[in-house]
Amino acid sequence: MEFTIEVGRYNPEGIYSDAAVPGKPFPAPWDRSPVRRYQTYKVDLPEHAVVLDALIAIREYQDQSLAVRCACRSAICGSCGIWINGHANLACKSKLQEFTKDGTTRVESPPSMPIIRDLVCDMNPFWEKHLAVKPWLQNKQPVPPPNEEYRVPNASMEELVQEVSCISCGVCLMDCESFAVNQEFLGPQALAQAYRYANDPRDAQSKERLGEYSKSGGVWDCTHCYECVTQCPKGVEPLEQILKLRRMAVDAGFTNNPGTRHADAFAESVRDSGRLNELTLLPKSIGYFNVVDQLKTLPGAFNLIRAGKLPPLVHKKIPGLSRIKAIFQRVGGRFK
Amino acid sequence: MTRDHDVVVLGAGLAGMRAALEAAREDADVAIVTKVHPIRSHSSAAQGGINAAISETDSWESHAFDTVKGSDYLADQDAVEVMCQEAPSDIIEFEHMGVIFYRGADGRLGTRAFGGASQARTYFVGDITGQALLVTLYDQILKAGVKVYEEWFATKLHMEDGVCRGLVALEMITGELHLLRAKAVVVASGGLGRLYEPSTNALICTGDGYSLAYRAGAPLMDMEMVQYHPTTLAGSGFLMTEAARGEGAYLLNSEGERFMKRYAPNKMELAARDVTSRAEATEIAEGRGINGNVLLDLRHLGPDVVLKKLPQIHEMALDYLGIDMIKEPVPVRPGMHYQMGGIRTDVQGASSVPGIYAAGEVACVSVHGGNRLGANSLLDTIVFGRRSGKSSAEYAKKTAATSGGEELLRSEQERLRELLARPYTGDTPAGLRLELATMMDKNVGLYRSDAGLHEALDALRGFRKRYEKIAVGDKGRVFNQALTFALELGYLLDCGEAIVRSAIERKESRGAHTHTEHPDRNDVDWLKHTVLTCVDGEQAEISFAPVTITRWKPEVRTY
Repeated sequence: MEFTIEVGRYNPEGIYSDAAVPGKPFPAPWDRSPVRRYQTYKVDLPEHAVVLDALIAIREYQDQSLAVRCACRSAICGSCGIWINGHANLACKSKLQEFTKDGTTRVESPPSMPIIRDLVCDMNPFWEKHLAVKPWLQNKQPVPPPNEEYRVPNASMEELVQEVSCISCGVCLMDCESFAVNQEFLGPQALAQAYRYANDPRDAQSKERLGEYSKSGGVWDCTHCYECVTQCPKGVEPLEQILKLRRMAVDAGFTNNPGTRHADAFAESVRDSGRLNELTLLPKSIGYFNVVDQLKTLPGAFNLIRAGKLPPLVHKKIPGLSRIKAIFQRVGGRFK
Repeated sequence: MTRDHDVVVLGAGLAGMRAALEAAREDADVAIVTKVHPIRSHSSAAQGGINAAISETDSWESHAFDTVKGSDYLADQDAVEVMCQEAPSDIIEFEHMGVIFYRGADGRLGTRAFGGASQARTYFVGDITGQALLVTLYDQILKAGVKVYEEWFATKLHMEDGVCRGLVALEMITGELHLLRAKAVVVASGGLGRLYEPSTNALICTGDGYSLAYRAGAPLMDMEMVQYHPTTLAGSGFLMTEAARGEGAYLLNSEGERFMKRYAPNKMELAARDVTSRAEATEIAEGRGINGNVLLDLRHLGPDVVLKKLPQIHEMALDYLGIDMIKEPVPVRPGMHYQMGGIRTDVQGASSVPGIYAAGEVACVSVHGGNRLGANSLLDTIVFGRRSGKSSAEYAKKTAATSGGEELLRSEQERLRELLARPYTGDTPAGLRLELATMMDKNVGLYRSDAGLHEALDALRGFRKRYEKIAVGDKGRVFNQALTFALELGYLLDCGEAIVRSAIERKESRGAHTHTEHPDRNDVDWLKHTVLTCVDGEQAEISFAPVTITRWKPEVRTY
């Protein structure tokens, strides 16, 4: 079966074949890479072939100059995370047929990462984030003697299999909406690993970790776009782990941060009035005594007024509020 | 550019990183050179588990005997004893580092059954054991702050008067060649699966370390011992872990018969790998296969076992064959998987060349002999990785630094320049590699014959001639993979020659080496290792070394 592949080429030395032509870039406003060229190849492969099969066939028999990282070919090593038709995927797990759109499959280096050459991107931002969460066990004392393991329930180990299944392919970070606009964000993979260690019964620093992960760039910087959950090839569901970390952090008392205040402002507003009070949401999230940051929001507020988007100044409660309060009572926790 | 270290470790899989961690603990200035990011290393593909006699009902002697018997008595028993005695504490250490091993109801480490073992002693994390060990070890490397030269490709070992003094490596991102001077080099660069087509191995398993060390004068031992894994996925050849059979899966022929009862009535599907692979090949040859495959049947295990303990192979069969193992048996066949032979080392990981150490698949201590037991390879990497790290660091302490090597760097630069400048001859590295690998599978695979082996030797001579003229289809500097492929092909050719030369010598059938004209094991003449030494960087010289036997005399091997 013949497949058509359009490959984003980039060579810092400026060596291109004539067949590589400027293409229409994907609408990615955060694209940090220099202008690529696009080269179209045709490959004959079995109908169940994956994108990586095509790239290997091109590299081996059509164009040896095509650079792409790959090793295991079976979604274990995590090398081949690239952009396919505008989303990050593992090339070895993406069936060509499913990714053929208008007769072609378009692959390129993810625009959110610095590019090195062709489909090879600089993964250092990814590894730096991984390192930043201290991804190693900080052993609970006393460590058992050298011939003895920690005795922990199997369920507590099985609970971590989901995060340990992560192959560090970087697909989640490549497509992370929050990372795209905020380089400081630790990102889905690192925070999933953060959860893995914070939730390990053998780790002694769970509380300190939660404090670290609650800071700016941490768990509260995720915007819940779910891209990491849909794109992860190994079912790690990083967002779910981030949400668990948030709950753990709040339960551990790390509430003095914009993220918790923001979540609290939502809950309080709904509990007290049955709906969201948008006027107080931002000041409450920032913290009423944080005058400097409050002032920084003023230009934005004026823009809202000018655009006629200012929320009503008088916030009305909905009828039947007692039933809302009953729900909060029933749910329990910090807002009952 | 030139840099200096005490110890340079080539390769960042389990053996390499374990060696580096141990050298760092010995206060050596250690650096890792690896052609891929450590997490991409092929150790992550090890699925089933890691062996040790930890439970009270087990003993290291039992583990050692199973290993020796599995090796068809070719393993050196002193080395096997070391590995099996140290296995428990080495595995527990990984548990202390954070590996989330499966537990029993009492919260202690739990086991699963594996091939060739007289009892269940395989410790595991689902079917991602290698990956779980690898990420944990990588994180320890991060914590220890070990320097990693990532995506640096080794082109040659730096030798001075027969002593290894470091290596030359290509930094792929810049295309620059560097001289890394070191007092000791630990070669831990993994296997050579790309020499065979198909193979379970990753595209990066190209035998770099065997060739580099061999050309530097370190002898290769038992290279004819190439393992075919009994269950590789039809088509792609991906690994379907032995843990499936450890958990109780059946092997069926086209008649739905559990044919292993005719080959290994006691152990059935859990016979040693060489025995099981040959049984499958016999079934297929005698017309009881299904399109060149047999069936791996997990249906009776139930969805819970499959999804909790074997999720990765379930996913792979679904992804690459569209088969749901819970509902349907999956077609599998024997496929090239592992090289038992390698750089000959002692139990400290030292080769006979001063300054060259080796560990993991690339090394031959020898603990696997003619056939490796499943779940002994991960064990090999962490025990002998640790040992080679320690001994290389100790050697470095008493060895003075040198200042030479610039000449080698210049000659390597010249060699690569010449390679890049060659005109196209009609051959591509990929095309030649495929011819080579297909030929190896046909002539030097599960079954060997005198005619086939000599045909292989002739073919290799032809390939070598073509290789010497091969052109590189990319002339740039940045991330020139065409260049590294061409270099890898050279490594593969060296490995192929070593395997064929050794296989021609061994006129018996032992372990993975099944010789159709010499179908029986011959302990009188062949209870010995084949050793291949490179003289003057060119000529291969074959010799033999005795097998160390401590307490287990060779017996008839049945399962």
